[in-house]
Amino acid sequence: MAEQFVKEDRYIRNFKTLSHDEQNILEKATVSIIGLGGLGGTVTEMLARTGVGNLRLVDGDIFETSNLNRQLLSEEHLIGSPKADAAKKRVIAVNSSVHVDAHHKYADESNLFDIIKGSDLVVDCLDTIDSRFVLQKSASKAGIPVVSGAIAGVSGQVTVIFPEDQGFELIYGKKAIEQSRGVETQTGNISYCALFIAALQSSECLKVLLNRGDILRNKLLIADLWSNSFEVMDLI
Amino acid sequence: MIKIDLKLFVTLSKFLPGEGESFQVDEGTSIGGLIENLSIPSAQVKLIFVNGKKVASDYRLQQGDRVGLFPPVGGG
Repeated sequence: MAEQFVKEDRYIRNFKTLSHDEQNILEKATVSIIGLGGLGGTVTEMLARTGVGNLRLVDGDIFETSNLNRQLLSEEHLIGSPKADAAKKRVIAVNSSVHVDAHHKYADESNLFDIIKGSDLVVDCLDTIDSRFVLQKSASKAGIPVVSGAIAGVSGQVTVIFPEDQGFELIYGKKAIEQSRGVETQTGNISYCALFIAALQSSECLKVLLNRGDILRNKLLIADLWSNSFEVMDLI
Repeated sequence: MIKIDLKLFVTLSKFLPGEGESFQVDEGTSIGGLIENLSIPSAQVKLIFVNGKKVASDYRLQQGDRVGLFPPVGGG
């Protein structure tokens, strides 16, 4: 679809924080968002609005009633519909200048490399620990950095993993099958925490794409909203 | 005895003793010993941070340490 709005007008509120050159870098960038639930749906919206020009959106899931408490893209009439389709429609609705490839399929070892190759960045918005290890392996093979977020209740964490980094092993230990789920099975997930952690992920995405600011590489930002704890920990 | 600041995150918070953040332990206590003293199942502790750095469970606690214990978090 042709750009309906003049770029200068669309991004005018960006330009006192981002330079025109930086906005152009974002416009040329390709970001793959893996998982389009509480985190991924919000990251999609934020990156589209900020002006990331090419988004690959991947999730094989459909919306369920239990998603409505937190997943920005879920709407009552979309229960039973693919999350990837809703994400694509949302991006087109808020920024039709963004090129979107939506994949209504679960990302796994057999397809991840092909889906993400050629991206500048991958965003890990998955909901199991073992699938995160699979994603890191594929991204490392493809030479692409990963911005990862995870949530449980009103707590969450964000980190950035470059291809040569140890990554999730520093956070979860050696990959083990019994690690598939974290404590989110006991806590559930609350909307404002999902959106908060997604916002931090979006911020890391821009920093990596623009090579600007302090990036959470080999660091883990941990937030707990009951106690208002926000800490950046050194993983090595 | 030495004093530490102890923070237990997410599902571990239920193991926090009454003293809360300012907590006394015997000198020479390891993090592993602290976890045992608090009756926290060790498998539930995925990350241990002292003064903002990741450490192993054999780390010996020192006066004034800021200790954070974190369970595995994987939701999206």
